[in-house]
Amino acid sequence: MKELRDIYVQQFKTSFASMLQYRAALVIWLIGHILEPLISLVVWSAVSRSSGGSVGGFSAADFAAYFLVLMLVNHATYTWVMFTYEYQVRQGTLSSVLLRPLHPIHSDIADNVSSKLITLPGVLFVAAILMVVFRPAFHFVPWAMAAFLPALFLAFIVRFLVEWTLALAAFWTTRVSAVNQVYFVAALFLSGQIAPLSLLPFPVRLASAILPFRWTVAFPVELFLGRLTPVQALTGMAAQSAWLILSLVLLRFVWRAGVKVYSAVGA
Amino acid sequence: MESSPAIRIRNLSKTFVVTKREAGLRAALRSLVHRRREEIRAVDGISFDLAPGEVVGFLGPNGAGKTTTLKMLSGLLHPTSGELAVLGYLPWKREKAFLRQITLVMGQRNQLVWDIPAADSFELNRAIYRIPAADYRRTVDELADLLELKPLLGKPVRNLSLGERMKCEIAVSLLHRPQVVFLDEPTIGLDVTMQRRIRSFLAEYNRRNGATILLTSHYMADVEALCRRVIVIHRGRLLYDGQLSALVRSFSAHKTIVVQLGDCQADLRAYGEVVSCEDGRATLRVAKAETARVTERLLADLPVIDLTVEDPPLEEVIERVFAQEPK
Repeated sequence: MKELRDIYVQQFKTSFASMLQYRAALVIWLIGHILEPLISLVVWSAVSRSSGGSVGGFSAADFAAYFLVLMLVNHATYTWVMFTYEYQVRQGTLSSVLLRPLHPIHSDIADNVSSKLITLPGVLFVAAILMVVFRPAFHFVPWAMAAFLPALFLAFIVRFLVEWTLALAAFWTTRVSAVNQVYFVAALFLSGQIAPLSLLPFPVRLASAILPFRWTVAFPVELFLGRLTPVQALTGMAAQSAWLILSLVLLRFVWRAGVKVYSAVGA
Repeated sequence: MESSPAIRIRNLSKTFVVTKREAGLRAALRSLVHRRREEIRAVDGISFDLAPGEVVGFLGPNGAGKTTTLKMLSGLLHPTSGELAVLGYLPWKREKAFLRQITLVMGQRNQLVWDIPAADSFELNRAIYRIPAADYRRTVDELADLLELKPLLGKPVRNLSLGERMKCEIAVSLLHRPQVVFLDEPTIGLDVTMQRRIRSFLAEYNRRNGATILLTSHYMADVEALCRRVIVIHRGRLLYDGQLSALVRSFSAHKTIVVQLGDCQADLRAYGEVVSCEDGRATLRVAKAETARVTERLLADLPVIDLTVEDPPLEEVIERVFAQEPK
């Protein structure tokens, strides 16, 4: 355990130092990251105002609150491992990783967490500006606030494990970008990034509840906004836990199978 | 001396299945439905042992199967058939205890993080390999000293020259003092001075740590300086395994005689094949059995200032070995 902590400390240092070398890239990435919820926010606020101040129970101020929290939750849970694996397999740099006496997922976790910490001040700054401009309405519910952090943590872990497992598609195909594209479009709709899930038709809501999408993004957002009953909150965390176990099992299985393929056809 | 070998290979084979396709649109369309698969035997039934502490040159033309063998030995590739053990481990299982005792240095294998100083990558490897702090400091000092790394460690890796980066790559690969070292072209693309430094460093590493080293190189100077024993493979099969000196003896039918004369007036063709003659310095190629007789005649017939008899360059010998068909 002490050794693993040492590895993480060193990995954080390297990740931090590497990422700080690319300040311009970080700023550009940050702009993209903010633009997406901002567009939805502007569109839905306009729709809400033009249809008499409310759409499906969301006023303009509710939409503002929703997309603001969505931006923060998305920042806390998103990953980019799907891009790195495609690159690593194609460039052959994965061989280095495989020869280390350490599971490669650790350095990916450290990398992702460092990038979040580095860009967090930027995201918070933008959030503060949006608060002033869009005047969101928050209805704080104390128990929901307390449940939010564990739910957010679970959301991050599940999303990380699922996307890490999907990234391993790189072992079987050199066209991982196509897989990524399908995943991202699905995530856009099913995780509540285009619109709150309650505004979407039933089949979409059903799909998002069966798949991990709702539990990795929309659920913590709704919890924070006080839009869930205690039963819904507990059900959600149970779903998150189920996905946690399932994704861990899947990850182990797919990783083993993938490495087998990799070491059979040429590392 | 331990009796069990550090590396043991028996009948090792690796077959790759590749899809084949002819050029052209018709073939492209056909390949959508039906793909022709072809098996390529990259390594085809090779066997050898390496004793602990041995430094062995692993030679063969491009595509002979050297890198495939090194990848099987280090655990990156799963063998198709045959037996293989490194320090008693099955490499492809990549157990942590095994990985902590080996290293693979390849040209395209980068352990150093590109954007940060090498010293930071060293620290990361210290943590990953769980190297005790005192050992780590001693090893870094030693490596920095032997490879003259001190001025390099603080610079971002991307600002280093190719040779400087290679030295740091070798150092970071050896921080955990592996007992078995696989090197794939460690001196490729480096200038002569740097090649020599890396060579003497590897010899020193072997001497100090008693490590087993298997290295491939296209520079015969590397092999001559480091390896008493060489293993030659071609098209995946073993061509030769034995002393380098014996290889040179059995595969060089010629010797080179260099004579220093006053000028190039004399007709030397009667003595052997004249390779060159410049400023009275003539190079002759003669059959090995004839060497003594020709030397005698040269000294008796001509005003010889100096005379040396040399083996042909190792490159030439190896070329002759490669020209043999695998048995």
